[in-house]
Amino acid sequence: MDAQFAIAGKSFAISVTDKGVAHSIVKMKHNADKTYELTPHTLMSVTGVPGDTSNFSEYIQGNVRLYGIRNSQNLSPSETASFIRGELANALRSRRPKQVNMLVMGYDKNTKESSLYWIDYLSAIAKIPYAAHGHCSYFVLSVMDREYNPDITLEQGFEIIKKCIAAVKMRFPINFSDYTIKVVDSDGVREVEMADI
Amino acid sequence: MSYDRALTVFSPDGHLFQVEYAQEAVRKGTCTVGICGKDSVVLGVEKKAALKLQDSRTMRKIHQLDQHMFIASAGLVADARVLVDMARVECQNHRLTIEDPPTVEFITHYVASIQQRYTQSGGRRPFGISTLIVGFDPDNMPKLFQTDPSGIYYQWKANSIGRNSQTVREYLEKHYTDDIGEGDAIKLAVKSLLEVVQTGAKNIELLVITKSGSRTPGADEIEEVIKTIEAEKAEEADRRSSRRTAQT
Repeated sequence: MDAQFAIAGKSFAISVTDKGVAHSIVKMKHNADKTYELTPHTLMSVTGVPGDTSNFSEYIQGNVRLYGIRNSQNLSPSETASFIRGELANALRSRRPKQVNMLVMGYDKNTKESSLYWIDYLSAIAKIPYAAHGHCSYFVLSVMDREYNPDITLEQGFEIIKKCIAAVKMRFPINFSDYTIKVVDSDGVREVEMADI
Repeated sequence: MSYDRALTVFSPDGHLFQVEYAQEAVRKGTCTVGICGKDSVVLGVEKKAALKLQDSRTMRKIHQLDQHMFIASAGLVADARVLVDMARVECQNHRLTIEDPPTVEFITHYVASIQQRYTQSGGRRPFGISTLIVGFDPDNMPKLFQTDPSGIYYQWKANSIGRNSQTVREYLEKHYTDDIGEGDAIKLAVKSLLEVVQTGAKNIELLVITKSGSRTPGADEIEEVIKTIEAEKAEEADRRSSRRTAQT
């Protein structure tokens, strides 16, 4: 029961994740950051089974960084997404599959384009301009379907995000008090406060 | 009986000859200098001039281990590559398990223990390299460590390994001052290397690490440093000769 979605424009991507961690009927945390910075220009947001999410994400983070240091060249977002899909597919067919859903987004400095990849726990991958995981997707995808166009600016992206959050607030039985909103563009990854957009 | 064949056999007077030969390989390697300053560490390496058709990018002697840590070696370059890769993996392993970047001493200890392992079991050959490992600890202190083929490691304020390292070390002992700043550390590194490197900026590779990150000064910046050093030297010589004329 997480909220996790993202939008990619021409030269930026915005990630939105809720900050809640629930266990059974108890709220354990209200300030969790469910995103991982893989390279200075690649961000991954993760939801799923709590242990699996951090275990798998940290494993991915370690390996992506190691690649960057070994080769003096970081993986591009598309390469990172393919790598993650491969690792997840192998885990799926092992004794202990990982139940994690991910959105991988980033800015490719070589092609000067941003991209967004949707990867689910069955290691299906899709490169799409806007994406969401979980029950929230029923609400936010329709909003993004209506509002999105490929030429949106960052400000217009924030407007769509705001509408998505409003839709979730209105229709979703769980009330998420706060969201982690992060932007990836040519300057790298930065966090934006909800109040500022 | 010859005691230099099997690695794990001591000679009667207590030497492991293979390890000593490895140390000899280090003494033949290119000269490398490390200087630990107040808020920076500098690595300087003597490098062979690239051949006309060679891509100099592939001839780097300083390797990155982690975001905040670098390593330079003297001796058999191929051996270094293997060791560097093991250390890189260990850096990420440390981050994964401890959730903190490793300290410079931790990685030095790790590298040194690998080198030691290769002196104690059969069918192996010691690493023919000494390394200088530099970086910042999580508490923002610059550190400089050295390892050698036998698996010993030391911490230094400034040191050199490789060819003519004795000369360079003596120079450093004479000219190193505590709490040396970034600019002076770069200058000292270049100066000490110039003691043993014939041609200037072309044959020197530098790396500077500060709290905010690392950078590799280009040939023109090194040239600039060399120019100021030469100017200072000329000034010094002038003063000396004028003093002499004043005395006579």
